[in-house]
Amino acid sequence: MRKGVRNWGPPLLLVSPTIIILGIFVYGLIAANIQVSTTNRHSLSPESEFVGLENYMALLSEDRFLHSLFNLVMFTVVFIAGTMLFGFIWAWMLDKGVSAEGIFRSVYLFPMAISFVASGVVWRWLLNSAEGDRASGLNRIFESLGLGFLQNAWWNEPIWGMAAIAMPAIWQLSGYVMALFLAGFRGVPQELREAARMDGASEWKLYRYVVFPQLSPIALSALIIVSHMSLKVFDLIMSITGSIYQTEVPATYMWVTLTSNDYAKSATIATILLLLASLFIIPYLIQTWRSEKANR
Amino acid sequence: MRKRRLSLIAGVALAGLTLAGCSPASESTDTANADQVEVFTWWASGSEKVGLDALVGVFNEQYPDVEFNNAAVAGGAGSNAKAALASRLEANNPPDTFQAHAGAELTDYVAAGQLQDLSSFYADNGLNEAFPATLIDQLTSDGKIYSVPSNIHRANVTWVNVSVLEGAGIDPNVAPADMDAWIADLQKLKDSGIETPLSLGTEWTQMQLMENVLIADLGAEGYSGLWDGTTPWDGPGVATAVDHYGQLLDFVNSDYVGLDWDAAMQLVLDGNAGYNVMGDWAEAAFVQAGQTYDTEYTTWATPGTDGIFDFLADSFTLPVGAPHEAAAIDWLTTISSAEGQKAFNIAKGSIPARTDAVASDYPAYQQTALKSFGEDTVVSSLAHGAAAPSSWSADLSSAIGKFGADRKSDALIAAMVSAASSALG
Amino acid sequence: MTVTEQAPPAARPRSDPGLRTPKPVRRFTMGRTLKYVLLVIFVFVVLIPVYVLIVTSFKPPADVTASTSWGLPVRWPWESVAPGGPTGFDNWTGAWTALAPALGRTFLLAIPAALISSFIGAMNGFVLSRWRFPHADIVFTFILFGMFIPYQAIMTPLVQMKTTLGLPSDISTLLMVHIIYGLPICTLIFRNYYVSIPMELMEASRMDGAGMLRTFASIVLPLSLPGFVVTIIWQFTNAWNDFLFAMFLSDTSGGPVSLALNNLAQGAQLANYGTAMAGALIASLPTLLVYIILGKYFIGGLMSGSVK
Repeated sequence: MRKGVRNWGPPLLLVSPTIIILGIFVYGLIAANIQVSTTNRHSLSPESEFVGLENYMALLSEDRFLHSLFNLVMFTVVFIAGTMLFGFIWAWMLDKGVSAEGIFRSVYLFPMAISFVASGVVWRWLLNSAEGDRASGLNRIFESLGLGFLQNAWWNEPIWGMAAIAMPAIWQLSGYVMALFLAGFRGVPQELREAARMDGASEWKLYRYVVFPQLSPIALSALIIVSHMSLKVFDLIMSITGSIYQTEVPATYMWVTLTSNDYAKSATIATILLLLASLFIIPYLIQTWRSEKANR
Repeated sequence: MRKRRLSLIAGVALAGLTLAGCSPASESTDTANADQVEVFTWWASGSEKVGLDALVGVFNEQYPDVEFNNAAVAGGAGSNAKAALASRLEANNPPDTFQAHAGAELTDYVAAGQLQDLSSFYADNGLNEAFPATLIDQLTSDGKIYSVPSNIHRANVTWVNVSVLEGAGIDPNVAPADMDAWIADLQKLKDSGIETPLSLGTEWTQMQLMENVLIADLGAEGYSGLWDGTTPWDGPGVATAVDHYGQLLDFVNSDYVGLDWDAAMQLVLDGNAGYNVMGDWAEAAFVQAGQTYDTEYTTWATPGTDGIFDFLADSFTLPVGAPHEAAAIDWLTTISSAEGQKAFNIAKGSIPARTDAVASDYPAYQQTALKSFGEDTVVSSLAHGAAAPSSWSADLSSAIGKFGADRKSDALIAAMVSAASSALG
Repeated sequence: MTVTEQAPPAARPRSDPGLRTPKPVRRFTMGRTLKYVLLVIFVFVVLIPVYVLIVTSFKPPADVTASTSWGLPVRWPWESVAPGGPTGFDNWTGAWTALAPALGRTFLLAIPAALISSFIGAMNGFVLSRWRFPHADIVFTFILFGMFIPYQAIMTPLVQMKTTLGLPSDISTLLMVHIIYGLPICTLIFRNYYVSIPMELMEASRMDGAGMLRTFASIVLPLSLPGFVVTIIWQFTNAWNDFLFAMFLSDTSGGPVSLALNNLAQGAQLANYGTAMAGALIASLPTLLVYIILGKYFIGGLMSGSVK
């Protein structure tokens, strides 16, 4: 790259509005948030004083917060596993080209279009935990299909409850993961597949040793995006269960503290959420950085 | 070709910008028009909206020159509205008046100096005489009053399905004397084949049930003492109440955690449960189902709480710095007037705060409530913001929800003690 | 990965002899049939919630009970349970009345938000990948991080800023907000997409004497359509479905349809599921149509390497 302002001036100028705007609206506001989290402002009164990391210490040793973290982990694991699994399977099945591929793709993709508020309206109904006579939703369908033993309390289950909440999320985002994987599958150069076939590889071996390895950057990208969505999940839980103990995650706990006017605590939870999210973006950035260095 | 595409994209983007610029900016605080009042509530649909519309009708009659500006935000039993409101107050952009539960829920706003004292308003409009003394007591903090109640609801009501009880040989017209007697009746119902004698719903309904048990086991004075520190949370009274609450949980529907109050009430309506403890907005559910008071259903004060009126009130405030203060005062005058209260309450299913209400104007259930409100001891509801400020009740709500999951009494009492000490300081 | 050709793989004509593998004659093998069966089963599973939404929206309140939750409506939508009572159609008219004003406004929000943030994202992506400057990667990381913040965290200071600046509580404020917070994802998508444009093209353009903007306008932009498709669809959906910003920064008279839907579905103490479901369908229709009609371009855009 040639040096000199004439060369890097223009591009820097072009991107500078974004830098400035994000500097204020992301970093500036985050800083404001962190500042509040180091105070003892637990009510509407604006007086507050600096208390350092006291709020963080208190929160990390609090049973309720740890319970919300447990719920979040449970939700995230099931959500990621579900979307990656279904997204991958659908992409794999559609890869070879089936008739009406367009229709299948559209159907699997469309739930992404629906807002969580709207989907909460119906999933609340579906995941209703009444069983037997009073069953509605999925429990009722199981009953009528003779699969009565499948009935369960869904998100009311003590430990696995959050897995049930992951279902609507999986429903909505598997299509997106499918699109990513399909793009990945199709991006594998045909010559590579040809070469493998010429060498006598069976279809399965072809997939296992040629195609799948090419997919790992895609898989990583999908993983990053899905996990950061899962950390922020709020609308979905609020519209299905409201903010209750059983399905509490940090994002909803933050909401409760905000509506109780405990500003310092909600700012603390928000900052912890932010730190958790950063755990995901850093490997992604490293991987991007590395692969680009290799390309240059 | 390329230039055309570029200009196409540029043109569309420009059009988008212009469109955005042209969008009608509906200012919610349009200081140019002084004759409007922005009223912030969470009554966005259903019977609450019907009530609000009735109130607006009276307002337009009484103050035809003032425009009513509805700023309703629904969801979460008011929590969405409260969150949005808190942000506005924080940013010194208050609405002209906002809805809040009367009582302790206001202390947050009062402590932050965001509400104006309405004592002189009360004096000017004769409200100190029109409202019952016990209510004025509950509304006054530090000698000042900060809100005007539009309606009163009762939270210690048990709704009873008549035929379900009769089927088990229980007399639906006689309330059990106390919690133990009621639990015996619940057992009787269960033995007669009713799987879920008592129906229950999500967290706030659990908190409401708990508060009823606390009132029953501690009495009016003991219960009221919980909120100012005179009654200890780790004392014997609370221990008995927690024990009773745990026993009650053995009789409820297994899917209660996810049920809204109306879905829980549906069990009683359908005859799948015998009892449900709920505030008197439940009346609307029975009316909608076409049931008649004293025929298919009846009500009594929750066993053990006879002679006590567990109140909650929706009320309106006057924020400091309200943009159209005179219009806001007009609104407050309408709400507190006899016509306003009558229109609102008949539509909404609650009772007026004024003691000069004519009982015969109201349906059967409300008449019982009016009678009780006039005679009984008034205590404040926990579940509906009258007894405790929002952070305290949020802590209690979570602890009670957790108890439903793990049934550890000691943990619940410990949590309640700790919630009280952080709240009372 | 070697530098790929400019044209995305999906654009290669299927009749290209280099692409076709000598395939055996198509027969309906067990494997193929099984695959189709599975695909169809999945279609049904995915459509279950839609079925419930549609079926319930046509039932009057009294017909919406647990035991009949899966059944088709027992009466025509124009019939009511009790004479003079609400009908199935009333659900729809009620939902429409509640949502119609907000629908128009939300178009005025989502379309410009999508277009503007896409365009700025394209410019950013360009200078971060093909017309770089020193430390461009640091700037990219700086921008990217903005995608990850939980928005509740910045809500209170944001509202404060809105009041200080005197901004109105309607979609014009939301438009600004969605553009701002959409910049990171649009930048990401375009940056990754432009990586597939060979550097040689940039060099050639420079040698021809073209500056940065000229190169962008005449070489890069025409190739950007797949990227634009992805960002426009994504941003449109985000702006349309957003609820959090709408709730804090706007009010029901000036806000988008998500706010109106929430009021409809959650407002009453006595829920009317039929109306709520009708409302959910109405509010989702535009984004649904976008995905159904443009979904193939979305996938095409993704396939060109937009989000890697």
